[in-house]
Amino acid sequence: MSTSATNVRSVSPPSVRRTAALLALVVVLLLAFAASLALGSRWLGPGALWHALAANTGSDADVIVRNLRFPRTVVAVLIGLCLGIAGTLMQGHTRNALAEPGIFGVSSGAAFFVVLGLQLGLVESVSSTVWVALIGALLATFGVQQLASRGSGATPVGLALTGAAVAAMLGALTSAIVLLDANTLDSYRFWAVGSVAGRGLDVAGQVLPFAVVGLLLAVVNARDLDMLALGDDVAAGLGLSIRRARLVGLGAIGLLTAAGVAACGPIGFLGLLAGHVARRIFGARNTWLIPAAGVIGAAALVLADLVGRLVGGAGEVQAGVVLGVVGAPLFVLVVRRRAVAL
Amino acid sequence: MRSRTVVLSVVFAALAIVIALVSLSVGTTKLPIADVVEVLLGGGRRGTRLVVLELRLPRVATGLLVGIAFAVSGALLQTLSRNPLASPDIVGVNSGASAGAVAVIVLAGTGGGNISGFAAKVGIPLAALIGGLVATLVVGALSIRRGIVDAGRVVLIGVGVAAAANSLVAWLLVVGDVNDAGRAAAWLAGSLNSREWSDALPVFGAVVCLLPVAMMFNRDLSALVLGDDVASSLGVRVARIRLALLVIATVLAALATAGAGPIAFVALVAPQVAQRLTRMERPPLVTAATLGALFVVLADLLARNGLQWTQVGPYELPVGVVTAACGAPYLLHLIGRQQKGR
Repeated sequence: MSTSATNVRSVSPPSVRRTAALLALVVVLLLAFAASLALGSRWLGPGALWHALAANTGSDADVIVRNLRFPRTVVAVLIGLCLGIAGTLMQGHTRNALAEPGIFGVSSGAAFFVVLGLQLGLVESVSSTVWVALIGALLATFGVQQLASRGSGATPVGLALTGAAVAAMLGALTSAIVLLDANTLDSYRFWAVGSVAGRGLDVAGQVLPFAVVGLLLAVVNARDLDMLALGDDVAAGLGLSIRRARLVGLGAIGLLTAAGVAACGPIGFLGLLAGHVARRIFGARNTWLIPAAGVIGAAALVLADLVGRLVGGAGEVQAGVVLGVVGAPLFVLVVRRRAVAL
Repeated sequence: MRSRTVVLSVVFAALAIVIALVSLSVGTTKLPIADVVEVLLGGGRRGTRLVVLELRLPRVATGLLVGIAFAVSGALLQTLSRNPLASPDIVGVNSGASAGAVAVIVLAGTGGGNISGFAAKVGIPLAALIGGLVATLVVGALSIRRGIVDAGRVVLIGVGVAAAANSLVAWLLVVGDVNDAGRAAAWLAGSLNSREWSDALPVFGAVVCLLPVAMMFNRDLSALVLGDDVASSLGVRVARIRLALLVIATVLAALATAGAGPIAFVALVAPQVAQRLTRMERPPLVTAATLGALFVVLADLLARNGLQWTQVGPYELPVGVVTAACGAPYLLHLIGRQQKGR
């Protein structure tokens, strides 16, 4: 169809430069982390931060840092990592530059199952939410991919539209359930916007096992994905089990998305953002792309949370909203560049 | 018009009226259809008149009108873009209108779930109109390639703009009071619950003023289907007519969204089914309009009474849940057909 911008850049830069770039990204993430601890409705200097982390005496500043800012920043790093990698994996497996848990109906699937679980009384805490979110995310991932692959295979437009259709239907069913019960609505609306505010370390701990397994699968899958990029026939010729590689990838996407959705709600566009920025810097090699996308996703979510905290004034603008405002123009840019097929 | 088109239009209109009468007669107070007809002709007892004219007729009339408005809007957009998927709910018009309307519901809300008369009667339709027009403008401007609107790109950029508008809506739901958020959420699902005449009025105005105008362009629409070059060689001023029809389609969809919320898939499905049944090269406006009206009143009848009839519970569902449940599979079917054709 088109020699996309991404294909042109698939000639990878030398590995010294890539290592340097990855280290620079880690530094950006660390700076974002520090800024997230220091900035907010009250500014805290390096001295106060050090005091809070090293010698907790229970002062106001210590409480703000230790109980509020540190936990939510840790959650943002973890979930940003998960969603950035999940989006990049989806882009690789579907060979579609628009692939993203939010666009593809995966988050809607997880959200629908969470609301259903809440309504049926199956889940009460976040730890049990993870399981239903996982099932919903996996079913939606698999379902959209299957539905879009009918006929002559999954085209970019077909996948985006199938995701939109599935998301619309699941969204309607979700709102039907929510409307029957005002209590579910009240908790759902805060969850549905996508935010790391008020998420503690316990939440991070509960989704951590899912995230770790998902990340391990993603690392295993990265090399296979490089082979799959050569085409299924060539990959099979090189001795790759296509079926297993797809299943591992699907499992990783489902686990990572589920961890993200369960902890922070459906945060959109993060995978798109991380995947495309990473691809610009690191080229098409998944062994570099996937860790880089994780670091970028983490930094992006920390920064989105921070920006939402700073512009909100008395209230806060949730990280999900900040990313929606930033991500939609990016999406449009990707479409306009016609980098629709990888 | 060909006789087949006329016959189908008359049949759909008659069915829509029959379903509307049934809808007026069933409910907590069951009324014989004869009584309903008597009331509509100006007779009947006071109690019956109250139930039919004040409680049920505004709802049913709103349903018929928004069905017409959505269907005509979809038929126009699908013809203009020569793409069956370019309906206002896919390309972001409904999402933009929703963002506008929810902003009024939430920001002008008093916290009691009600908003004052003027804001409700004028503010919601106006804000929806502005939101819908802005979304159309953004999608249209970004989809232009080499001077013309790229039909394929309209859909993808529309999905992106819709996602941005939806994240804005999610944020509005969070900042609002829970009762206002509940009202907005009920409205967002696409609902005809407790409509008043003031809800029907803007849609009525739009349909009465704009449907005849759209009909005047019937010949030009048929020419546009043959492609821009052929149309302009037939003496059609393509650019000007395209703009005029785009504005008409947007106003219809935005005011229908203001009246009943973004009822899913009506604008997509009704024109397509009408086109198939009449075997025309483009969606016929009147047949699509009558089918749209029929689709909405039938879906509302089911949404209002389905759960009682099946003994599931005393709940009423929003009409948009039923249209989404029927419309999403149809959209998936359309995408599948398009992909096979490639």
